[in-house]
Amino acid sequence: MTSETMIEMSSVHKWFGELHVLNDINLKVTKGEKIVICGPSGSGKSTLIRCINRLEEHQRGEIVVEGTELTNDNRSVEKIRGEVGMVFQQFNLFPHLSILDNCSLAPIWVRKLPKVEAREKAMEYLKRVQIDDQAHKYPAQLSGGQQQRAAIARALCMEPRIMLFDEPTSALDPEMIKEVLDVMVGLAEGGMTMLVVTHEMGFAKEVADKIIFMDEGQIVESKNPTDFFANPESERTKTFLSQIL
Amino acid sequence: MNKNIMPPVIEIGLLGWLRKNLFSTWYNTILTLIGLYFIYLIIPPFLTWAFFDATFSGTTREDCTSSGACWVFIKQNMKLIIYGLYPSDELWRINIAYFLLTVSIFYLLIPNLKYKGSVGIFLLFIFPVICVFLFSGGLGLENVETRLWGGLFLTLVIAGVGIVLSLPIGIMLALGRRSKLPIVSLLSTIFIEIWRGVPLITVLFMASNMFPLFMPEGVNFDKLIRALIGVMFFSAAYLAEVVRGGLQAMPKGQYEASQAAGLTYWKMMALIILPQSLKIVIPAIIGSFIALFKDTTLVLIIGLFDFLGIIQFVGTNPDWLGFSHEGYVFAAAIFWVFCFGMSRYSQRLEKKLDTGH
Repeated sequence: MTSETMIEMSSVHKWFGELHVLNDINLKVTKGEKIVICGPSGSGKSTLIRCINRLEEHQRGEIVVEGTELTNDNRSVEKIRGEVGMVFQQFNLFPHLSILDNCSLAPIWVRKLPKVEAREKAMEYLKRVQIDDQAHKYPAQLSGGQQQRAAIARALCMEPRIMLFDEPTSALDPEMIKEVLDVMVGLAEGGMTMLVVTHEMGFAKEVADKIIFMDEGQIVESKNPTDFFANPESERTKTFLSQIL
Repeated sequence: MNKNIMPPVIEIGLLGWLRKNLFSTWYNTILTLIGLYFIYLIIPPFLTWAFFDATFSGTTREDCTSSGACWVFIKQNMKLIIYGLYPSDELWRINIAYFLLTVSIFYLLIPNLKYKGSVGIFLLFIFPVICVFLFSGGLGLENVETRLWGGLFLTLVIAGVGIVLSLPIGIMLALGRRSKLPIVSLLSTIFIEIWRGVPLITVLFMASNMFPLFMPEGVNFDKLIRALIGVMFFSAAYLAEVVRGGLQAMPKGQYEASQAAGLTYWKMMALIILPQSLKIVIPAIIGSFIALFKDTTLVLIIGLFDFLGIIQFVGTNPDWLGFSHEGYVFAAAIFWVFCFGMSRYSQRLEKKLDTGH
């Protein structure tokens, strides 16, 4: 079975000043694939997924998302951002808007949906992450777990074809991690294409099609979960796994 | 155990408050007593002068026989103080504007009314256009030269134009200064720093005396318009820095979340960044507006008779020599009412927009 290619990164390089944060990244993501990216801090994993919706600019190589190459052309960037949803470590909800407005804002202003329709859709997704009863509250009135679920709903309201998760559970209190992971598992089961930067190895084992281990800007290891945990090839992967498991 | 035990008397009520705040230590007690003494020295004589011994009725200075204030002076010159030298037959034009302004503002201040947005838009966009025609003439109305404008009317025109126009210009300058485009950023910075680096008096002098020298023969802008432009840019430069402070307080995550959602730069600014950053700097913005309102008095030096200017002017009328105290106290009271009103409004706005972050 050949599936549709969603993201293709070839020989991607990026520097922050002198620091070589992405070093020759080659990655192909097909439709419905779930990829978990892990690695020590500073390894470039967040930068990698942030390049996919151009929150970071790559300097060499080519990134093609759904057939559109990422260039300095604003239109290509906007097109891709419309297709790619993102969830952040710090939630980044808009604190001056209610949860419902957080979710319906982009559909109204980017997708040009009528207000009523956008709100209906927002309620639908809020129900899916089980915080529809909080829709009229402001972000500051919600717990961390609820905020992150709202952030996921906000991203889903744009009906993206790809979802990026940048350490979505790292800022949460331990008892709230599960409620967010449950939502993500549900999303994965629904067939969403997902790239997840996380250290939740339980989640990785359960849903990932492929686990990527990064270190010093390079992809060191890229395997299916069973192989990744059973026989990692590189020393660095072994060291990392021994530290976090 | 008694769960309903009351707090000691000393902790609650007036007595508790007094003890805690005014007489907590021996030096605090001394300061309180000195303070009370000063209040005693100043307030009763002032009240006696301004109210108890004052003269309110009459038509000429001969009616003021008591030792207190002669408010007849203000009463008799009220027309000049409010309208300046505006022709008597045309005063209704200003009255309509005063009326519309007062009604709109009160409407906006009453909570929970419908159509507030429309009233706001009327006040910001339609009302000024109406005012231009009403005040200066046109469309069948007789022309009234701006040199006849004066008094509270002129003060409100200058402050109103300054406030309404300087905020959007200030916001654009702040965005410009933070722009990634080097030319835009450089030009904004230069503009801001030049206007901030020059005293308002100098700006007004330049507008009034220097500017015509640079213009070709025959080209002549109205003096009031030149002063208005000067006040507007001066205030805009200060507001730009205030707004920039608010923009800098925005976490990077807000920009990233907006971008990731596909919002363009202007939508991101209008919907996400500015509503939050302007809210943070409301007190500073209103502070700037209050300063602007009071600075309008400086137009006196280029020969425009604003509220304070006209009070000084009527004080030099031989019929009313020697009543400048009344004039200044009255001017101070009116200025205070306007500025205090703005300050209270700012606090209300802050509370209303609070969403707990």
